[in-house]
Order: sequence, then structure tokens, then C-alpha cells
Amino acid sequence: MSRVYVAGVGLTKVDEHWKTSLEQLVTEASLKALDDAGLESVDAIYVGSMLSEILQEQGHLGAVLAEELGLSGIPAMSVEAATASGAASIYVGAREIESGRAKAVLVAGVDKMSDGMAEEVTSALMVGEKQEYTGFIGATFYSLNALIYSLYMKRYDVSQEKIALFPVLCHEHSVGVEHAQYPFKIKLETVMNSPYIAEPLRRFETTAIADGAAALILVGEEFASKLKSPKTELVIEAATDYVTPFQREDPLWFPALQLATTKALERAKISRNEVGIIEIFDATSIMAVISLESSGFASRGEAWRLLENGELSLSGSLPCNTFGGLKARGHPAGATGVYQVAELHLQLTNRAKKNQVDRAITGMAQTLGGLASTAFVTILKKVM
Amino acid sequence: MFRIKVPRFWRYREFRYRLSAWKCIHCGEVHFFKPLVCRRCRYREFSEVTLPYTGKLLAYTIVRSPPAGFEEYAPYIIGLIELEDGTRIVSQLADVDPEELKIGMKMEATFKRIREDGVDKIIAYGYKFRPAIQ
Repeated sequence: MSRVYVAGVGLTKVDEHWKTSLEQLVTEASLKALDDAGLESVDAIYVGSMLSEILQEQGHLGAVLAEELGLSGIPAMSVEAATASGAASIYVGAREIESGRAKAVLVAGVDKMSDGMAEEVTSALMVGEKQEYTGFIGATFYSLNALIYSLYMKRYDVSQEKIALFPVLCHEHSVGVEHAQYPFKIKLETVMNSPYIAEPLRRFETTAIADGAAALILVGEEFASKLKSPKTELVIEAATDYVTPFQREDPLWFPALQLATTKALERAKISRNEVGIIEIFDATSIMAVISLESSGFASRGEAWRLLENGELSLSGSLPCNTFGGLKARGHPAGATGVYQVAELHLQLTNRAKKNQVDRAITGMAQTLGGLASTAFVTILKKVM
Repeated sequence: MFRIKVPRFWRYREFRYRLSAWKCIHCGEVHFFKPLVCRRCRYREFSEVTLPYTGKLLAYTIVRSPPAGFEEYAPYIIGLIELEDGTRIVSQLADVDPEELKIGMKMEATFKRIREDGVDKIIAYGYKFRPAIQ
């Protein structure tokens, strides 16, 4: 089985790109990734998007992107796993490299939410939940998060102020990040005074309308030794769970994330202590906290201590969401998983500029579909 | 949310109108819609059961940013109820102001209009829970 290397990354700024189309965004990110790797072409293209079929009514993104890149002729298709669609494209691309059938693959993620009205985007973001059950009664993604949030605070006797430190941390890290949607600091009071989106969940504990695209070039061992670009080694694993969290044994636990984390650590042959940087899936503050616990980086009900002790800061023991995470870099749904891995790659190849974390040699990115009904865990290692 | 077409809505009416569900004969897992295979133990036989119409409130929230099709109903309350047999169910809450709700309070199922489809004027009905009338 061939090892998989990231040999190039490309990102667009996460923003509301009123003048730029979905196709242009994903093409821009893909071209940057090809240029970064120093490649003209690849053997296959995989594109992750959650919302393009709904908001732009554009499917068939594989053929669309291949044409935009002038690469029509090569196999190309889209991969979907709700908000984890970008990570799903990495998964498929990595498996193709491992199998030896491809030497170089382009994987991309894209979504452009500003093309929808607010209600349309809220609806579109519900496609990852059970439409005939929770969708039918108008229970939004955020309302399901809010129910979990209430249960969590009650069971563990933790106040909202402790959990709401997560978005504050993310904004601290996004300052000066060129591709971040919100590159500025916020205070805990700002989060706590922001309006409810579904109580107790507040607006600043969630993400906003975002457009963006990210791309990676994955290569096998043969190309890795030929290409001059900086490289990292990639391992990716995945797992699934029941779609509605309240049908699981414990709605305050993400078993799919636990499973994918364990599998990825085993395959990368590292322990949790060796993870130097972590990218957490903070679609909401409460998801971030439960993710830290389910993946074994904090004890049950105790993730807030990592925040309070500063361990997740850039200078802490486990720097987390080093470019701002979903909250502050931005969360263009299907693109997010690719942003997370691209950011780890920038860190491990010493190209993170002012956000550079010293000494890190491995990083982990966790990407969730829906309320962790799908979990992808990617581990990147520095190539010495 | 999706536009309502009659066949799509009608095929789920037993659960939505009567809380009729499917219980795995082997492990007891409750499925709201008839499955072919039990998601928990993979057994393939089920008995039709009517879920209890009462339970207790575990958590609730208010939807302030509604999806398409629900604009005219917002804000509305979404609750998580544990029925008397232990089944957890997500439901809209009706006939109550949020200030009157207390975690742990007894709730009962009621039959309500969920929404009306704007184009074809199809009215979707289903369960909502409300504080039990003592």
C-alpha cells in the first residue's frame, strides 16, 4: 500500500464573495494547489460540496471543475457527507493513492452559501439530519445542538460562560489570518450578549453564511520524491453513527468520532500525546467541547478546563484551531474539511506565518457531518 | 424544508398521527419508521407498537431562525421528551409559553397542524407535545 502525501494546498479567503461564482472559487483554490505542488495535471479529481445542488442547483461538480481547469478527460466526481463532504473527498482521494491506481489526485471542497436567502440556507443545512423526522417538524440543526447544550450543562453542572470561551479562542487565533472570514478578537461578553439563535445557543457560538473553497494535491511515494514542494504524510480514517443523536445511547457523546480517532492514531502509529496541533469541528461551541471529550483529549464534562488553562492557545500544550477554526476562519460547509487539513499542512511545512506553532511534528483534523453522524479524522505528519 | 407532496407525507402518517412505531422483536429498539433491518442488532422482524402518549421534558429550545416553509410559525419551541417507555422523541411544543416550561415536567402528545404548504395549500398534521393537563 502506497503512503499518501500532501504536496500542495490552495485556499480562497472565506468571505461573502458576491462577485465570484461557486465554480470560480473552487477553480481558484484548485489552481493554487496545482501551482503549489508544481503539477500541471492529476490522475483524478474529487470535489466535496454539501450545498451546491440546493443553493446553486449545480450538481456534477466533477465534470464542471475538470472543464474549468482545462483537464476534461480525466475522471472527476463529487463526494458528499453533509458538512464533512470536503473530508470525504480527501478520504476517497487518499484511498485511490493508497491502492496504487493513481499517482496524483486533486481533492477540493467548496460551498457558496451567500447565494441563498437565510431560510434557504437554514433548510439546506438540515439535509444532514433526518428530513422525515426532525426536518418535518422544523427542528433546525441549531435547535438540535441547543437541546444537547442544555443536557450537557445540566449533567456536568458547567456554566455557559465556560463553553462560550471556545469562540473567543478561535477569534484570538484568526487575527491577521489572510484567508479568515472574521480576523479579529472578540470578548466573552460579546459572545454572551449576542442574540439567541436557539437558546441556550447564541449567535456567536455558531458560524455564519460563508463562501469558500480549498484544495489539496495528494500524491503517492513516486511523485513525493520527484516533486520539490514541501510535503506532509497523510492518514485518514472515518466512521458513522445514527443520524439523530437522541437515538444514540448517549446524546452527549460522539462514538463515530471516538472510533475514527482511535483508528487514525493506530494507523499513524502515534499516541494522543504526540498530537501537536488539533483542528476541532466547532460548528457550534458545544460540538467543539463534546468533540474534545469524545476523541479523548479531555475527560467527560471537563473540556472547558483546557480552554480556561490556555492549553488550546497557540503557545499551549495542544494548540487548537490555529487559524480560527470554523467560527473565525469561517465554515463554508463542504469546504471546511479541506481547509482544516490544508491549515495543518501550512503549519507542518512552516508556512503558517504569525500563527506558526513551534516544534509540532504531527497534527490532527476532525471533520464532522451533521451532529457527528459522520466523522473523519485526518492525521498529518511532518516529512523529515 | 421540502415542498409537501401527498404520497411522501402520507406514507409516514402512522407515526405522525398516532405515534405508531416499530419495535425490534429481538433487542427492543424502537424505530419510528418501518425498517427492513434493526439498526442496532440487524434482526429483521418487528412488532407494531403505539408509543406512550405521555413522558417528561428533558430539554427545550426556541427556534428563532426557521427553515424555509416555517417562517410564519417562528419563534416556536422544540423539545426533547422521554416517553414513559424510555423512548426519546423530538417534538414541537404547543399550548405553552416558554416561561411556563420546567425540565422534568410531565408532557402529553396532542394532534396539531404542523404547517401549510404555501403553493398547493396542503396541510401537514402531526404530533406536538404540551404540558399534561393534570
